[in-house]
Amino acid sequence: MPVPPLSDAGIILGAEPADWQAAVRLAGQALTAAGAAKPGYADEMVRMIDEHGPYVVIAPGLALAHARPGPEVLADGLAVVTLATPVAFGHPHNDPVRVVLGLAIETPAGHLASIASLANVFNDSDAIERLAGATTAAEVLEIMGAPADTKDQQ
Amino acid sequence: MKIVAICGAGIGSSGILKVNAERVLARLGLEADVTAADIASLTTTASDAQIILTSPEFVEAIGKTFADVIVIENYFDTDELARKLDEALG
Repeated sequence: MPVPPLSDAGIILGAEPADWQAAVRLAGQALTAAGAAKPGYADEMVRMIDEHGPYVVIAPGLALAHARPGPEVLADGLAVVTLATPVAFGHPHNDPVRVVLGLAIETPAGHLASIASLANVFNDSDAIERLAGATTAAEVLEIMGAPADTKDQQ
Repeated sequence: MKIVAICGAGIGSSGILKVNAERVLARLGLEADVTAADIASLTTTASDAQIILTSPEFVEAIGKTFADVIVIENYFDTDELARKLDEALG
């Protein structure tokens, strides 16, 4: 099974958010552009971190922004936002963040197969570095093991 | 044996922790039931857990428990997971 659906619309490269909230909101915007979430999902992702702390920074340089399944989620989907200037989330070990993933999941049941694929991508310790340095959406899709986005070419 | 991976939403990060913990347990030749759960359901899902896997932010919220609480820094570093699980189980 591939990683959760990722398309060109869900990829933002070289962003310069002012702080972690802005970085997470960019991931939310990308999920909305990709048709995976309503705009309000960005607020929910920010709220999760406000409530529980920066636990979404699950590896050095990488944040996996996400909220619960719910009415703000339209479909399973993934967003990738790379930051030109790394941003601190306040994590004790894994700051600063260079890549923010946004994850939207419709139902908890059945999401683990695509999450396992996501783990496969990042268990390769070079993946975060390569994503941070990617200059095209096609490169990001390749690193993430996502099928190439052909929508724009039809 | 029961292991619970805890995060804020019960999806995403705890899912990654579950998947990688299962891989490491298989590598170590250990059998365990690994569940992903959110912090809000901790008292029901983890009441009979031997091990709780989580990130530093949740240690305080987890509070007193009979389970071993293992804090993971890098969710993708299966060597870190293997070392900490091996210590807890050994």
